[in-house]
Amino acid sequence: MAEGVGEEKKKFSIWDLPDVPMGQVPPHLELQRSRVSCNKDAPIHTESIQYSGAYASMGIDNSSRLDRFSNNFRVEVVQLNKDDMEFDMIGIDAAIANSFRGILIAELPTMAIEKVLIANNTSIIQDEVLAHRLGLVPIRVDPRLFEYLSENDQPNEKNTIVFKLHVQCKRGRPRITVKLDALKWLPNGSELVKETRNATSDSSSKPETYTYFGCSQETIPEFVKNPIIPKYPDIIIAKLGPGQEIELEAHAVKGIGKTHAKWSPVATAWYRMLPELRIDCNCRRRATVARPRVCTLCRECIRGDDWEKRVALRPVKDNFILKILEEKCERVITELS
Amino acid sequence: MEHGSFTDNSAATFSLTDEDHTIANAVRFTLNQDPRVTFCGYSIPHPSEARVNIRVQTTGDPAREVLKDACQNLMLMCRHVRSTFDKAIEDFKASNAVKAMKIDSLDSSGDDSEESE
Repeated sequence: MAEGVGEEKKKFSIWDLPDVPMGQVPPHLELQRSRVSCNKDAPIHTESIQYSGAYASMGIDNSSRLDRFSNNFRVEVVQLNKDDMEFDMIGIDAAIANSFRGILIAELPTMAIEKVLIANNTSIIQDEVLAHRLGLVPIRVDPRLFEYLSENDQPNEKNTIVFKLHVQCKRGRPRITVKLDALKWLPNGSELVKETRNATSDSSSKPETYTYFGCSQETIPEFVKNPIIPKYPDIIIAKLGPGQEIELEAHAVKGIGKTHAKWSPVATAWYRMLPELRIDCNCRRRATVARPRVCTLCRECIRGDDWEKRVALRPVKDNFILKILEEKCERVITELS
Repeated sequence: MEHGSFTDNSAATFSLTDEDHTIANAVRFTLNQDPRVTFCGYSIPHPSEARVNIRVQTTGDPAREVLKDACQNLMLMCRHVRSTFDKAIEDFKASNAVKAMKIDSLDSSGDDSEESE
């Protein structure tokens, strides 16, 4: 190392020191910048160094330019099923990853039952409880084929899906359980007739119903072979005793999770940082971690006395494992495209 | 929407309605990356009201332009993320399909199965 200044003022540049790499952040600072260190008492260096002038005294430009981001950013899909998905995003910051997570949960539109017109309900399940349960039912349909329904619009085939439920348990029969497969799709719109005060209405004209379907939804090409049904037909809606009956019509509209959680397309979405475990040992045989992904950061490995020196638990700050559990995984992917 | 001074337009507070942490944190992140920015931050005045105040102070450039640039950068970043994501999904599906076909070709003896590359 350079000596302290004596009589003569020696100008030396920090770049002359042998262990400072040119144009790069030195290794200990790089560690601080890109990894969280999970120590025994608490994790340190958790915040990400975003400020563009952070390493200005070293002559390093910390500002992220789009080309650098494009070069370094990678996505690796680990698992892709019909109902859930796990993937890694490498090279992105926590702020953006969290925004994606928030958007997945709250701002992707889906279809869910909003209005329930109950004609007859003599079961022990109250009307509002029944309506609430129907609202939470996931419907297997692509919401991009529909438009939003606002207050002033009339419900028509472009913004509403109509379902009908009519079950009764006859006297003398055992109790029945009403499952979702009893919910029938009505592609032609509502069948409940509105009461009109107009006594002079022509009896041969079509009675006015609660929806105004111009054409049958069956004619829309996407629905020709795939009828709209609830995703899981074995969800229990209600239970009926002898002599009880439920007759209702449910209208489903498009909405986002922010308004009500029933419109959230995902069961949940979460992310975490990929943990990196480093085992430093002075012995000749080196140990490496077999499956770092499975690490849950429980810190058991650094609990013992000596282990702390030997095991360094360091989540990588820009490597995120995003796990999405959802009803319609494909739809999220195509929604993003 | 923008609260600043008429004489000095390098520092301003932008008040956005109907927004929350989702966009505010992401914009704050991209603003920080811009070398023209000396200070940036966001706050939510009250959690019941959907309003976000983003404060930007720059080294002389008008704060409005800097914010616009930051939003553009964010849009480009998201677009890049989207395309990378799509490609990753396709690669994954293709590699899975190839794996499935390889298993098939191992089972069926001597048959040549075509692989789509």
